[in-house]
This record gives sequence, structure tokens and C-alpha cells, in this order.
Amino acid sequence: MKTALLPRCLLFPLVMAAAHAAEQTFDFKDPKGVNQVRFTLDAPLESISGNANGVSGTLTIDPEKPEATKGKIVIEAKTLSVENAMMKEHMQGADWLDVAKNPTVTFTVTGLTGYKMEGDKATATVKGKFSLKGVEKEITVPASVTLLKGRLGDRTGGQMQGDLLVLRTEFTIKRSDYGVNPKAPSDKVSEEVVVSLAIAGSCPK
Amino acid sequence: MRAFLRLAALALLLGTVAWWFLAGRNSGWTKNQVGVWHVEELTGIQYVTYEKRFVPGVDLLVLSGGMALVLGAGSFLVRRN
Repeated sequence: MKTALLPRCLLFPLVMAAAHAAEQTFDFKDPKGVNQVRFTLDAPLESISGNANGVSGTLTIDPEKPEATKGKIVIEAKTLSVENAMMKEHMQGADWLDVAKNPTVTFTVTGLTGYKMEGDKATATVKGKFSLKGVEKEITVPASVTLLKGRLGDRTGGQMQGDLLVLRTEFTIKRSDYGVNPKAPSDKVSEEVVVSLAIAGSCPK
Repeated sequence: MRAFLRLAALALLLGTVAWWFLAGRNSGWTKNQVGVWHVEELTGIQYVTYEKRFVPGVDLLVLSGGMALVLGAGSFLVRRN
């Protein structure tokens, strides 16, 4: 009896490993600074836009079970930058993002719906929790992912081999929903903030 | 003194306008760094790096216009020699 159980015990992890063989975790750490988040607010003189390149986090995707996609994207708030020094100081200050108290902006992916695959590119609606200035809200955003199989070596100069995943999304949030300077009049700076994200993650083999 | 103040006001205004014009006629806010767009060929991701460069904007024009106005108005308060 004992001898019959032993192979089963060994077999179980193997079966589980095989079941998860297609699952891949992509890491968005990017020392080159290519991964960025861009934000834009409308204002009378010109749109206010800036970028943050302190992006990290992971995304785990199983092409056979895309609805179970999970992950977290973290943006270092202090890396947010604009072209005007005074504007940057205000933006990082207590009224706007208060980066001293809220050092990160995060998006936690909890699932996908409407997953469509066309070649190496997939589109879906991503469900997740967006956290900004200490306020977390559930949001759904449209996203596209492109899988570049075996192209990690091209990005790392051959130092690492594996796959690359490019994630893109653009969505709009209301700054008052997150307590981002709700007193600022919307005729001076828009209430809506457009957030665009284009980042590449790597999955070494 | 009156003439000096008026000339200074004119020089300030014209100098700022010339600087703004030659620096690229930026119709937005003054910039102390300028975003330069790049594209990573492999992924097609567009990203920005910042170059330290001062670009005067319309806010600087308004400021120098205001200062020129103050200088010009001040010249009327100074007695003729």
C-alpha cells in the first residue's frame, strides 16, 4: 500500500507543474527607463503632462486561463516629472500627490474579461484596484498585451534569454475621487486626468 | 532719470520678447527642462527623457511686460531735472 502511494506523491507535483507550465510571470523592472507612465490634464494655456519612469511590478499570465491574470504595477511617485520646476514641486506637494506620505501609485490586477487573441497581440478589459494618494478604487481599463517570444535577448544584448511582454493601456480618472487637490478649480486645471501606460516586462528562461 | 527709466522699460520689454522669440516662441509655460521623445524599436514603446534647458514661456513675457509697465509708470513719478 505504501509503495503504491509513493509514486502518486511524486506524480502530484509533476502534474501540477505541467498544469502551470504555460503560466508566465513578467517582471517590469527596467533599468533603462523605457517603461513609463504618462499623465495629462487639460489646462487653459497648455495641457499639463508629465512622465514617471520609476515603474516596477509583475504580471502573471496563463494564456489558457487569461481571466486568472494577476499582478501589480507600482509607480514611484517621486519619479513623476514635468517640464516646469515649480509645477513639479506643486505636483509632488501635499495638495496634489503628497509624495512624502504616499510614495507609490499602484495598480493591482485582479482579473481580465473580454480576452481576445490575434496573433501575438491580445486585448482585454482589465479589472483591478487603482491606488493613488492613499485612496484605492476598483476600476476597469482597456488594455493590450503583445508577446514577443524569445526577444528578451535582443533587449539585454544577449545577457538574458526569454520572452518580452508589452502592456499598453490608457484610462481616465477624476482627481477629486482620489483627493488630488479637489479645491483646484476645474476651469484652471481639468478634473479628469488621462493616464497612459506603455511598459515591457521580461520573463527569463 | 525719467529717460533712463523709460529706456530701461523698453530695453527690458524688447529684450525679453527677442529672447522668447529666439528661444522658440514657446506659447506655453516657462520650462527648465525639455522632454525629448524616443522610440524603443524592439517594443515600439515611446518614452521621454528630459534635457536640462531653459525655455522662456508666455508667463515670462507677462512678467517682463508688468515690470516694464512699473518702470515706465515710475518714470512719471520722477521729477524733471
